[in-house]
Amino acid sequence: MTRDSRVLRQAFSVAVATGAYGISFGALSVAAGLSVLQTQALSLLLFSGGSQFALVGVLAAGPAGAPAAVAASSLLGVRNGLYGLQVSKMLDVRGWRRVAAAQLTIDESTAVAVGQRDAAAARTGFWATGLGVFVCWNLMTLLGSLLGDALGDPRRYGLDAAAAAAFCALLWPRLRSVDACAIAALAALVAVLVAPHAPSGIPVLVAATTALLAGVWRRAHHDPPPPHHWEHEGEGAAA
Amino acid sequence: MSTWTAVLLASALAFALKLSGYVVPARWLDGDRTTRITSALPIALLAALVGVQTLTDTDGSIAVDSRLAAVAVAVMALVLRAPFIVVVVLAAAVAAGLRLLGLP
Repeated sequence: MTRDSRVLRQAFSVAVATGAYGISFGALSVAAGLSVLQTQALSLLLFSGGSQFALVGVLAAGPAGAPAAVAASSLLGVRNGLYGLQVSKMLDVRGWRRVAAAQLTIDESTAVAVGQRDAAAARTGFWATGLGVFVCWNLMTLLGSLLGDALGDPRRYGLDAAAAAAFCALLWPRLRSVDACAIAALAALVAVLVAPHAPSGIPVLVAATTALLAGVWRRAHHDPPPPHHWEHEGEGAAA
Repeated sequence: MSTWTAVLLASALAFALKLSGYVVPARWLDGDRTTRITSALPIALLAALVGVQTLTDTDGSIAVDSRLAAVAVAVMALVLRAPFIVVVVLAAAVAAGLRLLGLP
């Protein structure tokens, strides 16, 4: 197989796998009280899975949590800035292409791009994965939100548990070291203990400060830099 | 803040953060401590969301119900390297099943 078709096949498999969970985002978003149109706007404009799940997860508790929901979503989006730093060196884009590249800078496109052996393959990988995920993610979001709209009471179908499981699955690939597990355990504990005493959304923001521990704890978090996603899929597709 | 305001504001901020990587000088974001904190940030946020979504009600009170069993099954599925969508559907099925049996 030629190098290009190998990269494209990898991009395709990542796009389909990621798109599949767009269904769960769409269903959970309407279950959280957003309209089909608002849900679709998030997948088109915000386009970053973790931030989208966080926003609708916090909004589910009621509109009073909206500012905290935006804050949680944006803090999760900080990592995309770091990804941009990595991929901008490979892409060398200007003008509208830079705007398009920025919008497509997410876990998956960055992971495929940095996983390539040379710059040309990295560029192909970035654009193919970014565009592929964008299309699949948006189509599956629409399908999920229409299905979710038809379902009715979210609790009856276990959609509240599905939201918790979605966050688990997003967290899982990042738990590669003892420090990562310690920060995760502490953050979860802080959030649950603060929850009864604070308005919705605030507990998550308070818990986010545990990440500062990694800053003062010099030996903490000696993982390779992000992203950690899709490594297995990348290896599988490249084999 | 209305839901639409939240949707559009979060989208604008998400784009600004993505673009920052392309326009901000690398040394602003590349420090060792900055990198450690920014890579720990998603871990803390996602773990906090797992905790809140699994163990608290919409009013913030702590509640142990079918969600905890569903998340335990989800974790087992993750250990067995199940794909994202399988993990999520499995958790929904466990919670829906337990509620069908009359559990909270």
